[in-house]
Amino acid sequence: MAVRRLASLSITYALLVVAFVCFTFPFFLLIVNSFKTNGDILENPFSIPKVLDFSRFSEVIEKMNFLVTFKNTFVITTLSVILILILSAMTAHYLVRNATKFNQTFFAILVASMIIPFQSIMIPLIYIYGAKLNLIETAPVTLLIALYIGFGSAFSVFIYHGFIKSIPLELEEASLIDGCTRRQTFFKIVLPMLAPTSVTIAILNVLWIWNDYLLPSLILTKEQDFTMPIKMKVFNGTYMNDWQLLIPAILLTILPILVAYLIGQRYIIRGVMQGAIK
Amino acid sequence: MIAEKSIIKRLGNQLFFTGPTMVLFTVAVLVPFAYGFYLTLMKMTSPVSPLEFSGIANYRSAFNDPQFWDSMWLTVKYVGATIVFVNVIGFALAYLVTSGIRSQNFFRTALFTPNLIGGLVLGYIWQFIFVQSLPMIGEKLGIEVLRLGWLGDELLAFWALVIVTIWQSAGYMMIIFIAGLISVPRDIIEASTIDGANGWQRLVKMTLPLMIPSFVVTVFLTLKNAFMVYDINFALTEGGPYNSTMMVSMHVVQKAFLEVNYGVGQAEAIILFVIVAVVTGLQVYFSKRMEVQA
Repeated sequence: MAVRRLASLSITYALLVVAFVCFTFPFFLLIVNSFKTNGDILENPFSIPKVLDFSRFSEVIEKMNFLVTFKNTFVITTLSVILILILSAMTAHYLVRNATKFNQTFFAILVASMIIPFQSIMIPLIYIYGAKLNLIETAPVTLLIALYIGFGSAFSVFIYHGFIKSIPLELEEASLIDGCTRRQTFFKIVLPMLAPTSVTIAILNVLWIWNDYLLPSLILTKEQDFTMPIKMKVFNGTYMNDWQLLIPAILLTILPILVAYLIGQRYIIRGVMQGAIK
Repeated sequence: MIAEKSIIKRLGNQLFFTGPTMVLFTVAVLVPFAYGFYLTLMKMTSPVSPLEFSGIANYRSAFNDPQFWDSMWLTVKYVGATIVFVNVIGFALAYLVTSGIRSQNFFRTALFTPNLIGGLVLGYIWQFIFVQSLPMIGEKLGIEVLRLGWLGDELLAFWALVIVTIWQSAGYMMIIFIAGLISVPRDIIEASTIDGANGWQRLVKMTLPLMIPSFVVTVFLTLKNAFMVYDINFALTEGGPYNSTMMVSMHVVQKAFLEVNYGVGQAEAIILFVIVAVVTGLQVYFSKRMEVQA
């Protein structure tokens, strides 16, 4: 029995180590090659760099206008996600506590809309807000954030809705009897109780918006507004096959999210798990 | 239900709590979605020129566009391949990291990491692997398949897309399966062990049937993501060689924005929507019927 247990344990470990190598070797390649020159990269992409040469990082930071690009992505992601959280929580709360015919219909439409692929609304979107209203020219960043809130609301309201149903009504009634208004009750009593759900929703939305390419590529046309995926695309077009610049650029682009993951991995894994169960 | 006394107060609260979401959802989703149907019935020579009614001409062009149906057929094959591999590998990984070994949290964290990276950057990373790294290994070890440039060959480029998709999403599906596996009741598994079931029988006869709710979710997600794939396709192969790996999303983007044909592009996007809606609807309906009670 002990022998069989040991055998199955070692098979499990062996398989996991193989999976681990398959899933992480691209990161290894990125790290070792970002310190090498083109010559060294072409000679052997798997070799460990002879010297830790950071010079191409500073070159890339300058050429990508990294700080501005990072700031753009950060501002767009943070503003969109914070607004999605507050507005969706408010909506979900009201829809649960006032389940009128109208509100039930609205919730049903929200849920049903999750099946619409982005590709089937993107052309009219660009036609209306670009060719007709010209917002792509005059207020691209505001437009982008507004669209993210609109797209993100269906899923977020859906998740909040499921959770709010499980909060006892008595708590809110008590606060109303004590003289709080509905708005005060929501912000002082309900919203803090939603914190764990908010973390889940925030993580899923950050991952989506931070990495999104297609929508911002259609809306952000001026260089000073570019987010990281768009900048990476432009950079790749300019320095085609110039791996000694492309690899540090890729590494820098994914670094912020990897650092965030290292810090908050427990919450992120748990958040994804919670999001899936609902 | 909480009800206010005066109608005005109630209307005020309704607007305060649901108004902003309602407006932005309408602006971002409902209006473009409805307007999209209208656009398909119109003819326009350029995005700024006035619309002319053209009936079903756009749909007729879409149905007669061989490139569109080629890309659709390729997407269907890609959907099939990714559903099988992503779910099988995702489940296998979840099974391994819930078997009670010590460093399972470390493995969960590591295997999920590729999911943090967006499809575009991911495509560039793998371009380096397929163009620079694998041919090197093939050369040194004399493995012919690795020595070839995968992205320059129609069939290999397709499988390159599938591999990168597995790499990106297997970890995500693993997390969903872990949530399912944790909730499989312990006593049932123990009872079957006492009854003499071996590991394989326990997996196939007990665990898998109880995992159907998880599979409903993961198959739905892989299905939807695969039908809509754009970033990886665009960054890894750009549809090449010779448009042989252009999936349907990329074709629609190209039709609408590069060939500046909004009408036909939108008609093709609507056809895509109908196919995705029907397929995912059928999938959820039939897999719900397979669910069993523990």
